[in-house]
Amino acid sequence: MSKKSQKFEGDPNTTGHEWDGIEEFDNPMPRWWLWTFYATIIWGVLYTIAYPAWPLINGATAGVLGWSTRADVAAEITAVEEANAPVNAKLEATELTAIAADPELNSYAVSAGSAVFKTWCAQCHGSGAAGAKGYPNLLDDDWLWGGSVEDIHATVAHGIRNEDSDDARYSEMPAFGRDELLEKEEISQVVNYVMSLSGEAQDASKVEAGSVVFADNCASCHAEDGTGDREQGAPNLADAIWLYGGDYATLSETVTNSRYGVMPAWNTRLTEAQIRAVSSYVHQLGGGE
Amino acid sequence: MSILDKHKILETNATLLLVCSFLVVTIGGLVQIAPLFYLENTIEKVEGMRPYTPLELAGRDIYIREGCYVCHSQMIRPMRDEVERYGHYSLAAESMYDRPFQWGSKRTGPDLARVGGRYSDEWHVDHLRNPQAVVPESVMPKYGFLEEKRVDGKYIGDVMATNAMLGTPYTDGMIEAAQADFRAQADPDSDFDGLLERYGEKVNVRNFDGQPGVSEADALIAYLQMMGTLVDFSTFTPDASR
Repeated sequence: MSKKSQKFEGDPNTTGHEWDGIEEFDNPMPRWWLWTFYATIIWGVLYTIAYPAWPLINGATAGVLGWSTRADVAAEITAVEEANAPVNAKLEATELTAIAADPELNSYAVSAGSAVFKTWCAQCHGSGAAGAKGYPNLLDDDWLWGGSVEDIHATVAHGIRNEDSDDARYSEMPAFGRDELLEKEEISQVVNYVMSLSGEAQDASKVEAGSVVFADNCASCHAEDGTGDREQGAPNLADAIWLYGGDYATLSETVTNSRYGVMPAWNTRLTEAQIRAVSSYVHQLGGGE
Repeated sequence: MSILDKHKILETNATLLLVCSFLVVTIGGLVQIAPLFYLENTIEKVEGMRPYTPLELAGRDIYIREGCYVCHSQMIRPMRDEVERYGHYSLAAESMYDRPFQWGSKRTGPDLARVGGRYSDEWHVDHLRNPQAVVPESVMPKYGFLEEKRVDGKYIGDVMATNAMLGTPYTDGMIEAAQADFRAQADPDSDFDGLLERYGEKVNVRNFDGQPGVSEADALIAYLQMMGTLVDFSTFTPDASR
């Protein structure tokens, strides 16, 4: 470090402070900096006049521009709702089954329905609607409660086994094992029989006895041939399509403890037009009837 | 130059500088912070807000312990895209019993401010156990161990008493019945009339994880299923001046 005092000629302005021979210059601030500084002060004052700012006794100053995030978002949503109001009204007024026949309305319903599906339905049924274990695949033509657009609409609006809607679809298969309605051996027999319906019985010797157990306990809902009953939401057991799995262990678990999948009612969260749109969307995915 | 000369007095007197700096910061604080405590519109009056039930409170503690707030926010901002996706924008009143609040600052996962009732309990169990089983594109870690861990709510009354000290309106009756209410909420076969009497008819009483006993998953799901469902928005008129 140089100890030599550095003095610049023609620049004698110092603050007078001096420590160990080091002196402090007293140069003026750069003009651009100073003016920017003043400008920010003026900006600050104007800003607090224009926008909500100063807290007073009963509330804060509202600002002369009357700006409000809440009013902004309300206006934005209203504008979109108004723009869509005619087509939504038409969607609500058209018979569900007639929507598909009107190309313009159908195209709106399907694209709006796709947005609704991705926001509200994809978490369970998958973003491509292929479902997951316990959450039905909506692409195939196997339906628990029916695959017509009206059936889908009712399911979406009221949901399944929930407490939100009195019209929720409801079915309750007994827990045959847990509630000791069937012996372990009988469960094993009936599971083998059910598997045999799609040609996959594990132990063929039990199928015969299983058919008797099935006829006595299961046929009233799942029908004598095991094809199910949509009125009661009883799945078709003969089509090799499984909601929870068709292997021996999973089916034993299903018969023993039953399954009570729940779907929320969406009529409390979505508008009628949204429900109609998403029903149309699901209906045209490939499985619609 | 006279004012600058006076400034020299401050600069050369450390104690005076400290005192004056403190005064300046105090004025700033008084103007910015103090009004929030007395202004009525800081926290609007809304219908339906209630303190968390013991089980929900325990679930909230698990939420904090597991660091859920690192990836999930609980703050729906007043913007159209957020309102369309998540529901009504969040109100200050909705987190008034949160100590500390769980607004979060980053969304790796979705906002959870209105997740209550949106999915079934079974979905929450499946999803905690293996998020990718229901949402293949998810990057959320697995929380299946929550089902294994039992909780007895032994200290939940103390947690409530502490919250009561800080201003949450827990009554003595609520604190006394804490452990009973804690167990009752996860057992629909129990006598839960007292719980509903204390916390309102809308409290979810279910076996959230589908297994006997109270597990951490029960508590967490009870908390999640309540989230954002308390305020009755049919009686809420937004004050547009905010």
